[in-house]
This record gives sequence, C-alpha cells and structure tokens, in this order.
Amino acid sequence: MLIARVIGEAVATRKHPSHEGLKLLLVQPLNLDGSDRGDAVVAVDSAGAGVGDRVLLTMEGFCAMSSVERWPSTPIDSAVIGVVDSVELLPGTLR
Amino acid sequence: MYLGRIVGRLWATMKNENLTGQRLLVVQPVTPELEDKGKCIVCTDWTGAGAGEVVYWSRAREASYAFFPEEVVTDATIVGIVDSLHVKRT
Amino acid sequence: MILARVVGTVVATRKDPRLEGKKLLVLKPVSPEGKDESGYVVAVDTVGAGFRETVLAVAGSSARMAEGCKDKPVDTAIVGIVDTVSMDQKR
Repeated sequence: MLIARVIGEAVATRKHPSHEGLKLLLVQPLNLDGSDRGDAVVAVDSAGAGVGDRVLLTMEGFCAMSSVERWPSTPIDSAVIGVVDSVELLPGTLR
Repeated sequence: MYLGRIVGRLWATMKNENLTGQRLLVVQPVTPELEDKGKCIVCTDWTGAGAGEVVYWSRAREASYAFFPEEVVTDATIVGIVDSLHVKRT
Repeated sequence: MILARVVGTVVATRKDPRLEGKKLLVLKPVSPEGKDESGYVVAVDTVGAGFRETVLAVAGSSARMAEGCKDKPVDTAIVGIVDTVSMDQKR
C-alpha cells in the first residue's frame, strides 16, 4: 500500500456496469515527505474518503476488487481502502 | 486506473483469436489537469469511446476482467468515459 | 521478497473492516548491506516487528499467504524479522 492524497473526483456516466455505484477518486501517491510520487491515478473508494484526505491506496487487483465486494469479475486495479489519521516516522527517516 | 485521451485507432487483421472483434484504441495518458503525460498505449475498449474523449482505463490482468468471463488477451482496457473531473490540489 | 527497514507506523481508523486489528508499518527497502534504497511501502505486520528492525516483506498476491492475511486486502506483508544477512565477499 502507498500513502496518497485525494485530489479530486471523476464522474463517468458511460462505464463498466460493475463500476456502477462506486465513487471514482483522483488520487496522488505521496512520498514520505509529502511530495508527489509519480502520477495521479483513478481509484475506487471503499473508505468514504473525500478531497484533501490522506489515504491508504492499494494498486493490487484482489485488494481493490474485494474492497468494494466485486471480486473477481470487475476491471478495477486500484482502490482507497483507508483514511490515514496519522503517520509516525523514525527521526531522520526523511533525511 | 488511469486517465487518458483517445488519440487514435488501430486495426490488425492478423491477431490472437481472443482479440477478434475488439476495438483497439490508441490512448495518450493524461494528468488530472488533462495535460499529456507519458507514452501512448494501445487499449481494448469496453465503452465505445471515440476520438478525443477523456476516458479511464485499467491496467494489467485486471484489464481483461472487463470482458469476464470471456478471456481477452489484453493488459489495458478502457472501462469508462469521463464526463467531468473535479480537481483540487492543496 | 524484499529486505526493508521499519521506519514508521500508520494509523487509520476508517478502513476496510478486514484490516481491523492489523498493524500497518512503513517500510523503507534496504540493500543486503543495510543501505537505504529509494521509495517506501506500507505493509501489514504479521510477526510483531518493531521500529528500526530489518524485516523480510512479501509483495503482491503472495502477501495474502502470510499468517492471518487470507482473503484480506493486503498487498504487502511483513513475514520475518531478519537476524543477519551474510553475503559472499568475493561477489
């Protein structure tokens, strides 16, 4: 899992029927120092996350599909499965 | 999943039989701000999207699940057409 | 499997119910010599690892074969605490 920030939402009317009823979040993976880590991805929401939240992002199929109870027949490869309350790091980790 | 814009279409007569009847589209990955980012890829399409449309696509094995239980040999599939994006980077 | 160092913890109250009670640790990959490598990953702990310890982590679908992770949304699991790593000096 990665730590990521929800930066927006995507709306799609025409989409795979197995995505019906799911919230599509735009999620920017983060480095430990809070900077952007690569490009933003589209992830389904299974944790009730909103824009601005720091979240746990999985980019593995089973985790993503099962988090929204749609395993194994849906084309979902990433999901938000938790909202991060806090991250505690060893001193010096960010050096 | 990832955002992209459809920039082209591809035809192949000789192809794996599990790709028969599949529309193959060329997709340019884009950022949430709709700027081009990275190299184009070829996607199978579930949606019937057309040129210029912004879509979102799935990668890897999960991409073939769009056609479940049919087993289509694909590692990228367009699974939705994006109507609107609401982006607020803080 | 990767070698990594435990550098942090993540607390998330609102999460997939199947992750309830699981300890989430931040890992930084390290080389066999113990030097930090780039990137990080959040992993589920199955062995009681603590800060500063060098651990063995499994990523991908195999992570769910770790103790207590079956059918849970776990993509990286800590499956061992490393005592020593010895390398061929002539390599």
